[in-house]
Amino acid sequence: MTKSAVSFVRQQMLPAVTPPTAAAGPLRWMQENLFSSPLNVVLTLLGVLLVYLLASGAAPWLLNSVWTANSLGECRDIVIASAGEGATGACWAMVRERWHQFLFGFYPSDLYWRPILALVLLFVALAPVLFAGAPRILLWGTMAYPFVAFWLLWGGSIWSPLVVVLGFVILGLVYRTLNGRLGAPVATGLGIVAAVVFWLVLDAPLAAALQSVIPLSITEVESDQFGGFLLAITIGVTAISMSLPIGILLALGRQSDMFIVKTLSVGFIEFIRGVPLITLLFTASLLLQYFLPPNTSFDLILRVIILVTFFAAAYIAEVIRGGLAALPSGQYEAADALGLDYWQAQRHIILPQALKISIPGIVSTFIGLFKDTTLVAFVGLMDPLKGITQVVRADINWKGIYWEPYIFVGAIFFVFCFGMSRYSMYLERKLKTDHR
Amino acid sequence: MALATDTPKDSFRLSMLIYDTRFRSITIQVVVLALFVAALSWLLNNTVQNLEAKGRSFDFGFLWQRAGYDIAQQLIPYTNDSSHGRAMFVGLINTLVLAFFGCIFATFLGVLVGVLRLSKNWLIGRLMTVYVEVFRNIPLLLWILLSYVILSETMPAPRDFRVTDEMAAAGQAPAASMYLFDSVAVTNRGLDLPAPLLTRPLGVVDLGFIQLNISVLVFLAIVGASLYANSRLLARARRIQEATGVRPSTMWKSIGLIFGPAVVFLIALGFHLEYPELKGFNFVGGIQVAHSFTALLIALVLYTAAFIAEIVRAGILAISKGQSEAAFALGMQPGRTMNLIILPQALRVIIPPLISQYLNLTKNTSLGIAVSYLDLRGTLGGITLNQTGKELECMLLMMLIYLTISLIISSLMNVYNRSVQLKSR
Repeated sequence: MTKSAVSFVRQQMLPAVTPPTAAAGPLRWMQENLFSSPLNVVLTLLGVLLVYLLASGAAPWLLNSVWTANSLGECRDIVIASAGEGATGACWAMVRERWHQFLFGFYPSDLYWRPILALVLLFVALAPVLFAGAPRILLWGTMAYPFVAFWLLWGGSIWSPLVVVLGFVILGLVYRTLNGRLGAPVATGLGIVAAVVFWLVLDAPLAAALQSVIPLSITEVESDQFGGFLLAITIGVTAISMSLPIGILLALGRQSDMFIVKTLSVGFIEFIRGVPLITLLFTASLLLQYFLPPNTSFDLILRVIILVTFFAAAYIAEVIRGGLAALPSGQYEAADALGLDYWQAQRHIILPQALKISIPGIVSTFIGLFKDTTLVAFVGLMDPLKGITQVVRADINWKGIYWEPYIFVGAIFFVFCFGMSRYSMYLERKLKTDHR
Repeated sequence: MALATDTPKDSFRLSMLIYDTRFRSITIQVVVLALFVAALSWLLNNTVQNLEAKGRSFDFGFLWQRAGYDIAQQLIPYTNDSSHGRAMFVGLINTLVLAFFGCIFATFLGVLVGVLRLSKNWLIGRLMTVYVEVFRNIPLLLWILLSYVILSETMPAPRDFRVTDEMAAAGQAPAASMYLFDSVAVTNRGLDLPAPLLTRPLGVVDLGFIQLNISVLVFLAIVGASLYANSRLLARARRIQEATGVRPSTMWKSIGLIFGPAVVFLIALGFHLEYPELKGFNFVGGIQVAHSFTALLIALVLYTAAFIAEIVRAGILAISKGQSEAAFALGMQPGRTMNLIILPQALRVIIPPLISQYLNLTKNTSLGIAVSYLDLRGTLGGITLNQTGKELECMLLMMLIYLTISLIISSLMNVYNRSVQLKSR
């Protein structure tokens, strides 16, 4: 074949021609996504109208925001002076003046560093639990965190939380020494008995004695000074972390073959799920005084946390039961065939799969629990929504303000809850093992 | 020769209670039962001691004593001379009414939003996503408080509706006006709606405890009979369609059957609306709905609808695409595909979580405490409890009632659920 046989060979490619405007670009996109059918045209127009109404109402209000003023009246004067008669404007000056109450309630202002430090440590403690990449050594910090946080938030002698930790150490020691001779179940039982006896009998005197010998304490803060998001997060985080293990136990109890265990679990779950949370909170504030031995009284926040934990645990138990039921029975049979005992099978085969299926349900229960912490306002605690907002609205300077506090509080709740739901999606994606 | 299946013949040892799987479950159950009984008797013992120490008794006699407080919204006759027990029933009915309307409106809104969120329309899809995320991630209490504050603090006072002589002479409009052809007024005191009235009512039967309105009962009976007749008509049409392949037109017959008798009945009794009118300082006539009810209803509906929307969306997405493709391949139109193929399957996925949303809504009506709505918690668990000091009795009774409502709703819905469940043979 000679060169002349090929009359013309293109040396350089022509640049690609842009597609015709009718087949691509914004016009095409709009036709496909906004105006594909008469119904869609109507819907789009309605949507545009809705957005326009919302924006035309909210935009001037937001643009005329006032950040420095001492009262709502002053805010209005500033708005009218700058934007003319009849103009409306947001009065964020209220938030600027009162943000610390929304966040900390009536916690002493010179001690704000303590809840802030506790919050920072919370993230450090959560890191190894939430992200598999974090170093494992941090788990020890996670275990110590409840005691550190308790001491930081409520203050007082450092010896009381330390002595409580000592109870757990005793539990561990008893288990360690007896495990070889008597076996795990008996050793655990005796360890728990020893620890409970220690807490009931020795705890208070020992802490007092240590405090008198080596006084180490920080300023004590009473529970009624807690409020705002400090209270919501304290109740929420404690109840969330305690309700998961209890919920798992209840779910296993409900799935169990043992009649009495099953009946008790079902009764507990159905009772808690059948009544509103408010009635349980009232139980905490009104009825516990009847159920406990005469003349015992303990902290209202603690009582509320216990009841909220029970409430969340019952819901989590149902979510996990769904996960357990979704597992094919072959998994249980395979675990049996491998000769695993009940707890080994649960720990290595059943629960990892069941919990993975239940993640969305568990997280939405947690989100619900965190939102429900606002209900503690009805038993006299200062939640950010009703308690603190009412305090602010009762102030003569801020009387009549309503959008600003609710938007502020709502936005913070939204960030927390939305964050949790996004984390659950991340976890679901990460743990996904089916390659479909 | 001993076979491997032979059980060991050695005597019973105490350690077998823990290490032998044949006995272990019995041991565990006995221990659990003993602990439970011990805890229960400890609690009961404490309660008895505490009651004695406070000099109180445990009895429900207070339910028959005079209540002495007023309830704004009452659907059965009640005065402050009535008993605490009757106040409890008024509260219970208020709870149920709120839950009933809440469930209905939330279902409509939730299904609409859930379907729209799946629409191919980009703008509508985004708007619905924003709605769902905003309402799901912010506490219900905020929506209740906000809607109550907006209704009771920003709405015009009744006097703003008045047209004085000077204003009429100057041709000025009043500061506020009514909606829907002057039939609905929203003031800062409440919502005034037109009231349905009959000029020739059938009378009332007094059963002592409750009064039965015969007109309403007859009306309900007529509607029920019409619906039954309509279902027979449709069944007949289906039989004819199955036999001949041609479905007789039933639309006009259905409309006539369902609405005809009811309309005739209402006209015969002289049905008319009584409109609220501004007289003196307030609106009179019509039905006054307190803002506490309206605010609770709005908040509960908007909040629950966001959850229902997600349930509906998940239910529709759970049906594989092959189902609708197969229906299209058979030549079915989109509307019939939705009605006959997608929805019956999606409902199976949707119903169980929908039930639990209804339950949640019913339990959330107890948040009426935030706006002083006198529901079951407001009467029995609120004013009655504070007046009589019978904390234990009131709380236990209230929990029992809520528990009963929950169990009834969930069992009714479970029956329905079983009827649509996939029958695996």
